[in-house]
Amino acid sequence: MKRKTFWLLTALALLALLLTACAPAAAPTEEQAAPEEQAAPAGLEPAKEIVFYNWSEYIDPEIYTLFEDETGIKVVEDNFSSNEEMLAKLQGGATGYAVIVPSDYTVSIMIEEGMLAELDQANIPNLANLSEQFKNTYYDPGNKYCVPYQWGTTGIGYIDGEVDEPTSWAVLFNPDPNHPAYGRTTMLDDAREAFAAALVYLGYDINTTDEAQLQEAKDVLIQAKAGLAGYDSDTYEDLLASGENLMAHGWNGDFLVAQEENENIAYTIPEEGGVIWVDNMCIPASATPEEKLAAEMFIDFILRPDIGAMLSDYNYYASPNAAAEANFDAEFLEDPTVYPPAEVLDKLQFIHPVGEAESLYQRLWDEVKSAAP
Amino acid sequence: MYRFLGKHTSLRAWLLLLPAALWLFVFFVAPLFIVLAYSFLERGTYGGVVWSFTLENFQRVFDPLYFNTFLRSFYIAGVTTLITLILGFPLAGYIATRPAARRGTLVLALMIPFWTNFLIRTYAWLTLLRTNTGLINVTLLSLGLIKEPLSLFGNDFAIILGLVYGWLPDMVLPIFAALDRLDPALIEAARDLYASETKVFWRVIWPLSLPGVVAGSMLVFIPSLGAFVTPAILGGGKSLMIGNIISNQFLAAHDWPFGSALSFVMMTVMLAATLIYFRVTSGKERRQL
Repeated sequence: MKRKTFWLLTALALLALLLTACAPAAAPTEEQAAPEEQAAPAGLEPAKEIVFYNWSEYIDPEIYTLFEDETGIKVVEDNFSSNEEMLAKLQGGATGYAVIVPSDYTVSIMIEEGMLAELDQANIPNLANLSEQFKNTYYDPGNKYCVPYQWGTTGIGYIDGEVDEPTSWAVLFNPDPNHPAYGRTTMLDDAREAFAAALVYLGYDINTTDEAQLQEAKDVLIQAKAGLAGYDSDTYEDLLASGENLMAHGWNGDFLVAQEENENIAYTIPEEGGVIWVDNMCIPASATPEEKLAAEMFIDFILRPDIGAMLSDYNYYASPNAAAEANFDAEFLEDPTVYPPAEVLDKLQFIHPVGEAESLYQRLWDEVKSAAP
Repeated sequence: MYRFLGKHTSLRAWLLLLPAALWLFVFFVAPLFIVLAYSFLERGTYGGVVWSFTLENFQRVFDPLYFNTFLRSFYIAGVTTLITLILGFPLAGYIATRPAARRGTLVLALMIPFWTNFLIRTYAWLTLLRTNTGLINVTLLSLGLIKEPLSLFGNDFAIILGLVYGWLPDMVLPIFAALDRLDPALIEAARDLYASETKVFWRVIWPLSLPGVVAGSMLVFIPSLGAFVTPAILGGGKSLMIGNIISNQFLAAHDWPFGSALSFVMMTVMLAATLIYFRVTSGKERRQL
C-alpha cells in the first residue's frame, strides 16, 4: 500500500509541477494588463523595458545607454534579416515587440493587415525634424503609423582595382567566365530585391505583375547563377572585405561600413537604375499601452538631431532627419554612395506590395533557387 | 482513495501516465493537428491562413519543382547515411574492442566536439572550405599542389560533408552499443569451426550488429532528410533541400498552408520508411537467430 501511495503522490506532484510550469507564462500579463487598462491614459506609466526588433548592425548600442540614462527605460534588441521573416514572426503571433523596422512596402502590407498601431504624435514632438519628403511617403502619408529611420539604395559593391566599375547589371545577369568576379559574386537572398535587379536590367517596372515579364526575369536570374558563389543577405560585405568575393549585390551602407576593413570596396548603381528604400520605426498593434508609450518616447529620442547623427555615423546610411543632417560632415553629405546625385535618384524605384502576384514571385524565386547552377 | 486505486490497477496506470500524456498532447499532438489542419486551408496573401478548405496544397507537392527537391533530398540523405555507415562501423568496432577503461574515454572524445553549437561548427567549416580564403585552398595553393582553387563550397559536396560530420556520432554510438554486447565467444566459436575472417564478419558480427546499424541509419537519415541549416550555409543557398523549401514557405513566401502540406507529406514518408525498415530488418534477425 505504501508504495502505491508513493507512486500516486509522485504522479500528482508531477502534474502539479507541470501545471505551475505552464502557469507563470500567462499569469503576469493578465495581472499587469487588468488594473492598468482601466487607468486614465494621462496617468499611464511607460514600460520599464522594451524590445526593439531591428535589422542587425543597424544602431549604435551607445544610443540604448543614453536613452536608459535619460528615461530609465531599458531597450533590448532582437534582429531579423528580411522583411518577410519579420512579418512571418509577427503574423505567427509573436508579441512583446515595442518597435519594429519594416521597409516601405512592408509598411503598406502591415497597415493593410491591421498589424500596426497608430502613433500618438503628441508624444513625438521631434517629428518636426524630418525632411519634408519623409513626412509624406507613398506608404504612410502624414506619418500616421511610422517614422522613417534611415534610407538607402540597392546596387553593386565591388573591389576597386580588381574589378572594373560595373556600369550595367549585365555583369551579374550575363556572367562571363573570364570576368575576375566570375564565381566570386553574391546576390541578396531576397525574392523582391533579386527580381527588382533582374527587372531593372530587362527594362521593366520592378513591381510588375505581368507573368511573361516575370518569367523573363526568372530566366536571367537562373542565368546569373553560373557566376554566383551564393545568395547571401547577411555576410556579403564581410566576404568582400576578406577577399573571398569581388562583387556583391547589396545595400549601400553595408559596403561603406566594410570599407573600414578594406578601403578598396566601392559601390555603384548601374546605369539601368536600382532600388531605393526607406526603413521605418513602427509600433506593432500587439504592443501594450505601456509599451506603446515607451516606444513613442524611444522613437522621439531617435529623432533628436544628435542621436540621428550618431545613427548615421554608425551605420553609414542616409538620414531622413533634416535636423540631424546639420551635424554631419560635409564629406558624408556629399558622398554619392550615401546621397545619390539627382540624375541617379531619378533612376531609382521603390518596391511596392504586389498583392496576389506575391505567390507568383515566390514560386518563381523557388524555381530560381532550385535550378541547377 | 489508494485502496480504491489498488483494486483498479488499470486506472492507476492511467493516472501515472497522465502527466506524460498531457505533456505529449499539449506540445506534440496538438501542434501536429494544427499543422495538419493548416495544410487543408488557403493561404492569406501576406501570411496566416484563410479558413476555406482546399486540396491544392497537396497537389502542389507533386509539382515537379518541389517533387524533384524531395528526390534530391532523399539522394543527399541516402549518400550521407551510407558514408557515415562506412566511416562509423570500423570506428565503432575499434572503440568496442579496446579495454573497458579506454572505451569510456574514446566515447567521450567522440562527443566533445558536439558540446559546441551545431551552427557554430557549420560556420567553422566555412573557414576551411571557402574557395579563395578557405584554409584548405590557401594551403594547397601556397604549397603549389594545385593551380586553381578547388570548388569545395556551395555545392552538394559541401552539403554532404557537413551532414556526415554533423551526424557521424549518431551512427557510431548505436553500433558501438550493439558491438559492445556481442559475446566474443561467438567469434571464437566461428573461427574454431574454420570460418574465414570474411565469413566471421558477414555471418556473425554483421547480423548481430544489425539492430545498431538500423538504429544508427535512422538517426542519421531522418535529420539529414529534413536538414536546412547545412544546405543554407555550406551550400551557399544555391541548391535547396526540402527543409529549405519548407522554411521558405513560412519565413519568406507567406505560404503557411503549403509549408504545412510539405511537412506533412515528409513526415508520412519518413514514418512509412521507418515502419518498413524495422519490419524488414527484424524479420531477418528472427530468421538468423
